[in-house]
Amino acid sequence: MSGLRNIGIVYRKELLDSLRDRRTIISMIVVPMLAMPALMLGMGTLAIKLVARAQQEIPKVMVLGGEDSPKTLAALHGLKTIEIVPASLDYTNLISEKKVRAAVEVPSGFDAALQSGEKQTVRIYVYGGEIKSSFGAQPIEQFFRQLSDATLNERLAAHNFPARLLRPFEIQRTNVAPPAKVSGNLIGSIIPYLLILMCMTGAIYPSVDLTAGEKERGTMETLLCSPVARTHLVYGKCLVVLTAALVTTLLSLSSMGASFALVKRLGLGSGGGGPALPLAIDLSSLAVAFATMLPMALFFAATMLAIGLFSRTTKEAHSYLQPLLIVTVMPAVASLLPGVELNSRLALIPVVNVSLVTKEILSGTYHWSYIALIFGSTCVYAGVAMAAAVWMFKRESVLFRT
Amino acid sequence: MIQVLQLSKVFRDPKRGEVRALDGVSFCCQPGQVFGLLGVNGAGKTTCLRILGTILQPSSGTANVAGFDVVRQPERVRANIGFLSTATALYGRLTAQETVEYFGRLHGLTEDVLRERIDGIFSTLDMNEFRQRRCDQLSSGMKQKVSIARTLVHDPPVMIFDEPTHGLDVLTARTVVGFIRDRRARGKTVIFSTHVMREAEKLCDAIAIIHNGRIMAEGTLTALRERTGAQDLDDVFVKLVEAT
Repeated sequence: MSGLRNIGIVYRKELLDSLRDRRTIISMIVVPMLAMPALMLGMGTLAIKLVARAQQEIPKVMVLGGEDSPKTLAALHGLKTIEIVPASLDYTNLISEKKVRAAVEVPSGFDAALQSGEKQTVRIYVYGGEIKSSFGAQPIEQFFRQLSDATLNERLAAHNFPARLLRPFEIQRTNVAPPAKVSGNLIGSIIPYLLILMCMTGAIYPSVDLTAGEKERGTMETLLCSPVARTHLVYGKCLVVLTAALVTTLLSLSSMGASFALVKRLGLGSGGGGPALPLAIDLSSLAVAFATMLPMALFFAATMLAIGLFSRTTKEAHSYLQPLLIVTVMPAVASLLPGVELNSRLALIPVVNVSLVTKEILSGTYHWSYIALIFGSTCVYAGVAMAAAVWMFKRESVLFRT
Repeated sequence: MIQVLQLSKVFRDPKRGEVRALDGVSFCCQPGQVFGLLGVNGAGKTTCLRILGTILQPSSGTANVAGFDVVRQPERVRANIGFLSTATALYGRLTAQETVEYFGRLHGLTEDVLRERIDGIFSTLDMNEFRQRRCDQLSSGMKQKVSIARTLVHDPPVMIFDEPTHGLDVLTARTVVGFIRDRRARGKTVIFSTHVMREAEKLCDAIAIIHNGRIMAEGTLTALRERTGAQDLDDVFVKLVEAT
């Protein structure tokens, strides 16, 4: 009982101390409260607006050749979705300089070849990776695909073949997942990554401040004079780091949710004819995902505490933790990668397992055996990290490293 | 009471190799006495006091503080000592009162007892004026008073001070010296280290001269004077150290 009491005393004091530190407040509260809305509202809305504007713009397209194919040329000129500009030999540079979005080369004798059945190739020139250029190419591609289909149908009809000859059956995809789960699958790819990142970000500053920071300020020896067992001191400190990590994660989730709600309310998600954002998410799935993250947050807290304890100064601790952040973010990206599926081997790899299971949970798939395996294995990792932190805290050579 | 028997401490330094900071140190401090550990910088004073405070573990030998063994019962030892050194800084973001409260709670004091103790200590040390001020806003004298209050809050029978007046102005140093005398008058066991001979001369009932991790001589100031034939403690110290 006195052990719990002491852990509580250390926890309350360290929490009070941390909450009076401006840098902890910034990393724990300000960053998640501002970063998420900025990311969601700012970048998201900007991207949607830009895409919508690009789609509304009538692209300038150049038609190269086709003088001997007046029928095709007239049909192209009749398209309302593009603006045809005079042809130029410098079309490549004009596309690169974004003065023309795309160009189409109608081969010589195209109309005649359509009649004779001779095979021809229509080339469309675009600037790869440029969204406005692809928007310029789309109507032309659509036009020629329709022309191709119509020509094919005519040829089949001429030989008294039915149109279904070349298309024996239709393929139809039907979604069985409720809208929230569909959204979960889409958002679920990015949420685990963001949560893991915010969980780590929230833990970094307090873990350094409560360990290397104490060494630097000379309060470590003061604390070591107290009659409290070293193990209880570590537990108390670790709980504060865990609290910071969880508060940061929760605030990130809340601000993310609020940002989604705001985007939805403002109608930004589907405004301007652009693509609609997947804005619905199942709250119970989110709660399970958060619970799955708890042992991982403890694992982060204990690991960072051990690293902080090992370090002589806060500068040294940060120099160790920055690479750790990168090393952790890499497996967290697993949820973003297409085709990476949770299996019993991946379920044992820290961070990757939580990243993948969170993605599954948010898309409505509950593999309880994997969830239990991940929860259990991460608890073991957290226990090992905690033991390492306690071991560090008991070693003179670590506490009094010079 | 503090009993030290054949205490040794070896550090392993990556650059210097094995460093013997303490080498078979033995002495005894009685309750109601101030015991001075005198030595130059690097003599082994801080290492010795850190072992008595259970912050470090001895490589060999043993020490008994207030009836508890420093190796086998470190938590019981810490519950019975007040440890103050230049390395025991204060939490800058806590107020003077919060700091003392924190350590009082860690020593298991109930809230009623804690409140009573704090009121008494803050009045005695004239600290009420800056009671609610954060430690990082206090002068060095005020900070030293807070540190003293921290060591006193659980009323320990043994006080361990490592260079307690180091870097302090005259007035603050006088407060510390007065406080050490007060502890002695209350029958507490007090051990303190210093390299300031005048301070030791004023305060100590018994002195141990430590040099290169070894006790060169131990006894009352009168006994040390008789042994060396010198009157001034500076001369006593130099003669004893040079004799090695």
